Amino acid sequence: MLAWTIYISFIGAAVLMLLPGDKPRLARRLGLLTALGGMIAGCLGVSQFSKGTPGRLDEIVNLPWIADLHIHYHLAVDGVSAVLVLLTGIAAVVGILFSWNIEHRAKEFFAMFLALIGGVYGVFLSFDLFLLFVFYEIAIIPKYFLIAIWGSTRREYGAMKLALYSFIGSAMVLIGLIAAYVVSGSHSFDLVELAKYPFPASFQNWAFPLVFIGFAILAGLWPFHTWAPTGHVAAPTAASMLLAGVVMKLGAYGAMRVAMILFPLGLQTWQNTIALLAVIGIVYGAMVALVQRDFKFVIGYSSVSHMGFVLLGLMTLTQVGISGAILQMFSHGIIAGLLFGVVGRMVYDRTHTRDLVQLQPMNLSKLLPFAAVTFVIGGAASMGLPGFSGFIAELQVVEGAWVAFPIFTVAAGLGIILGVAYTLRVMIKAFFLQNEPIHATDAAPHHFVPITLPERLGALVLLAATLVIGLYPRLLMDLIVPAVNSPLFSRMLKGGVS
Amino acid sequence: MLPIVKYLWLIPALPLLAAGLAALLKKERRASAATLAIGSMSISFLLALAAFLPTLSHGEHGVFRECFNFTWFEFADNTFQSASTVQLGWVLDPLTAMMLVMVTFVGLLIFIYSVGYMAHDENFTRFFCFLALFAAAMLGIVIANSLLLLFISWELVGLASYLLIGFWYHKPSAAAAAKKAFITTRVGDMGFLLGMLWLYSKTGTLLFYDGGNGCLEQSALIKLVAETTMCGMAISTAISILIFCGAAGKSGQVPLHVWLPDAMEGPTPVSALIHAATMVAAGVFLMARIYPLLSASADPATISTGLKVVAWVGSITAVFAACIAVAQNDIKRILAYSTVSQLGYMMLGLGVGGVAVGMFHLITHAFFKALLFLGSGSVIHGCHEEQDIRKMGGLRILMPITFATYAIGMLALCGFPLLFSGFWSKDEILASAHHWQISQIPFYLGVIGAFLTAFYMTRQMFYVFFGSPTVSPAAVADTKAKHSHNPHSSHSHEPATSIHESPPVMTMPLVILAVFAVLLGLIGTPAWPWFHGYLAGHSPKVDLGKLAEDAGLMLVSAVVVFTAMGLSWLVYSKVTLQKSREVDPLEKAQPFFWRLLANKFYIDELYEVTIIRLNKAFSVLSDWLDRTFWTGVVTMISHLTVGLSWLSRKIDEDLVNGGFDHGCDGLRESSRNLSKAQNGQTQFYFRVLGIAFVALVLALIWRAK
Repeated sequence: MLAWTIYISFIGAAVLMLLPGDKPRLARRLGLLTALGGMIAGCLGVSQFSKGTPGRLDEIVNLPWIADLHIHYHLAVDGVSAVLVLLTGIAAVVGILFSWNIEHRAKEFFAMFLALIGGVYGVFLSFDLFLLFVFYEIAIIPKYFLIAIWGSTRREYGAMKLALYSFIGSAMVLIGLIAAYVVSGSHSFDLVELAKYPFPASFQNWAFPLVFIGFAILAGLWPFHTWAPTGHVAAPTAASMLLAGVVMKLGAYGAMRVAMILFPLGLQTWQNTIALLAVIGIVYGAMVALVQRDFKFVIGYSSVSHMGFVLLGLMTLTQVGISGAILQMFSHGIIAGLLFGVVGRMVYDRTHTRDLVQLQPMNLSKLLPFAAVTFVIGGAASMGLPGFSGFIAELQVVEGAWVAFPIFTVAAGLGIILGVAYTLRVMIKAFFLQNEPIHATDAAPHHFVPITLPERLGALVLLAATLVIGLYPRLLMDLIVPAVNSPLFSRMLKGGVS
Repeated sequence: MLPIVKYLWLIPALPLLAAGLAALLKKERRASAATLAIGSMSISFLLALAAFLPTLSHGEHGVFRECFNFTWFEFADNTFQSASTVQLGWVLDPLTAMMLVMVTFVGLLIFIYSVGYMAHDENFTRFFCFLALFAAAMLGIVIANSLLLLFISWELVGLASYLLIGFWYHKPSAAAAAKKAFITTRVGDMGFLLGMLWLYSKTGTLLFYDGGNGCLEQSALIKLVAETTMCGMAISTAISILIFCGAAGKSGQVPLHVWLPDAMEGPTPVSALIHAATMVAAGVFLMARIYPLLSASADPATISTGLKVVAWVGSITAVFAACIAVAQNDIKRILAYSTVSQLGYMMLGLGVGGVAVGMFHLITHAFFKALLFLGSGSVIHGCHEEQDIRKMGGLRILMPITFATYAIGMLALCGFPLLFSGFWSKDEILASAHHWQISQIPFYLGVIGAFLTAFYMTRQMFYVFFGSPTVSPAAVADTKAKHSHNPHSSHSHEPATSIHESPPVMTMPLVILAVFAVLLGLIGTPAWPWFHGYLAGHSPKVDLGKLAEDAGLMLVSAVVVFTAMGLSWLVYSKVTLQKSREVDPLEKAQPFFWRLLANKFYIDELYEVTIIRLNKAFSVLSDWLDRTFWTGVVTMISHLTVGLSWLSRKIDEDLVNGGFDHGCDGLRESSRNLSKAQNGQTQFYFRVLGIAFVALVLALIWRAK
């Protein structure tokens, strides 16, 4: 069932591409249908998966693909994949809802969008490293076009920067993967098989940073994060939602699934260094977000800060930290999607500016009350208030970090305070501040299209997701925890001793 | 388990439900919103009473305590063997029950008062939604049996407070104050969070009471006391000091007090409920809740460092804020600083005398301070939004009920001997401080604070209620002018020409609160300390002899209060009769000190030039790094790549390609030369053949030789 998430998305993309003529209405409906299909397939598959014994790896399909090189078409699912498949499903549907106003080359837009989604599903479900890499590359290309064709501010620059960063990362990953394949005796590209091979420590010490950073570039690891803000700003709303929502997760997922699991000894060598980079990312991202004038830059940098928590959680090498990191991937995917939806779709598409100085006199809280309320709730979720998913996730991360590196935890706490500061600042500036009281006579100098139904639906889906997980975290924790306890992970935690 | 314990969650859940429903209401459904909020609060109050009854009886184990715990979510962890669950729960014990009754009762009165106070506000519905949300979160803090649940409610209380301070967000000062409050308390909350993490990683549970396994119970405490950390501090002490940071943030203790006075930008009922009676007391409550942890020390005879810290911070805050209050002119700001100061007293009482001493002052203060704030609201309402006490005067005739109740509140706050609750609770704190083994300085600080309190409250009384009422029309004209200039002011009401008494919906709560401000003292006098017995789980006897033991101290505090009030009388009774009241007599006498106090010791400015500027500088630096440095690195790499590519192109075009072209040219040249041989002239061919033949023959002869 879960494999259908991939197939449905690609079939949808292909059908859209082959559609004759430019029919935006049909294209967006078909897009939504495909995304919904993918999400339903994902939900059904995950619910099936969660019924079995916890902590296992469910095979979906395992066929020889390039037999001479021992490359298999191997899809499987464990708790971590399941959570991220759910996230992708939600992000895809909401992304399409927030792109309802795309008229320019609509069918290509939705085709690219779905191809990206298909690739992302593929990465999360692949257990053959070569296959994973192929899907990873598939996901990069549509991203470029989505930004370069439908983007805004400096879109060619942003798109190219993102593509180059992605490809440099991929190249590093590829070198590492091939080296691992050769060193292990060229028997298999299978993740589970390779994870059992005891790579020599000297090899791990250079292969780990290569592969980890290669992936973590996409997760916004400081100082390789600079693609993120410009990319987010340049991208159209749906694409920034996907960038922050799932593409950054691809990076973190790959770093964990491949680099950390294959090279546990290298991981131990580099643990402190990368944790330091993660903490710098948390504080640095928050500080930069505090002084931005562009509304979207604020959210872009906040993504860097929040992804720092994911990387910090992974580096704690405690189960609580890692499960927190995985939950944070889900949580940030939802919350960042929501904030980008408000900024990009609800505000920018109407006001055509993201400059906080220009937004300030518009009195948006009166003109777009739904956007204001959504942003307030989304902002509360983003600053880690209890009741939302971010709180549970960051709580676990800092708990793990407290055990592993107490000093970093204090710094991460500083990042949380700054998070409150920049969120409140941007919230007040964009929505609530008026320099002059607006008089009845010159009230409402701007007239905006009211918030449409698809926007409301999309926002509500995301709000519901973050609230449900915030109040009842077991829904995901029951998937994540057994996976983090599985042999694959416990071997990693014990430094490669199974 | 008693059914009331099982269903204790209903007490916060009902206001939460009301808040949720009110959020969905249309703006125009004002009556429904008020009904929802007040109705839910009334039911919660009745439930709180029902919960209060069983706690009155105590078993042989001391206090009545029952809790209900459940698992929120699980994670397996390799750091601790047993701990793999995160549990939440609620507890019913005297501390909870008493707070429940106080919060629901005071809350209910303030809700009712708000119907009158906010009657003209267009966002009436939203106001009651937020109020109910606040009440729910606050009650969550009170019933929590898990530090995590307490923290969750704590944060939600912070959120509700943010929303309510910034309720009139179109005023930039209100928006700024809300932001300041949220961020400042968040700074303290980080300490709280770290303390919580530490506690969890050491004990594996965050439940307070869990049948012997809770983190406040014997086994966990022994473990925490045994280990030491930096400077030889026991871990229990380090954790409780971290948690105290959170309490200091919420309860406005120095140096995190800066947000509380600014929070007065919110509507007055909010100031009364949140920033005087309940939320700011949550910090004191938290300390009372974790008192076993706070007071734990390896040697039972010594006083733990945690308690010392709390006592010192509390006593310093008490005097510090009282000093500032002397030089303020805004009626609400004076009360705000007095709240900060009284919270300091509570902390001091908790530190030197234990839970009962601090909590008793918390309860009495909640009533008389709510009374004072609501009274000030009534004054502000009556004077058409005027808040400057220098522009008031003579209100005792125009607003008799407000005056009478305000006077009772003021006397309770000053600690007027024997009759008023504030006297008994404050006196007890001073007595405990007097008996403290560590130092007498907190006691003296407390006495100075009491003197200042009586002084500034008398000053305020004179300015507001005494003197000539003739001053006020000018003020009215002033405000009327302000109103016509400022039509946006949403809480403006129909033009009134004179100062008037507030409607009964506002004065009725004042009267009820005033009654309690007097009577509450009776449950905690030294002669019959019922309150202490209730919290500790025993029934005290009436013993009038105790009264005599403390008589000396009571006399001292009575003398202090009378002196202060008398001095204030001397200074201000004449001033209030004069026309020009802009300059305070003390300002004339000591302009330097006055400015220092009026500007709140320049603490805000200090933070502005240090922390905020530093943070800003770092942010700008980081931004620069990102825009210039990292982008520069990336650009450099890309330029380098372009340069390399250019070089490659040169090599390719000139060397590789050039060589190839050269070769090709050579080939073409030679071919051309060769093709010249094929000129189609038979004679030429034969000539070549002939020459070749001769050459061949010669060569053969040469070989044969």
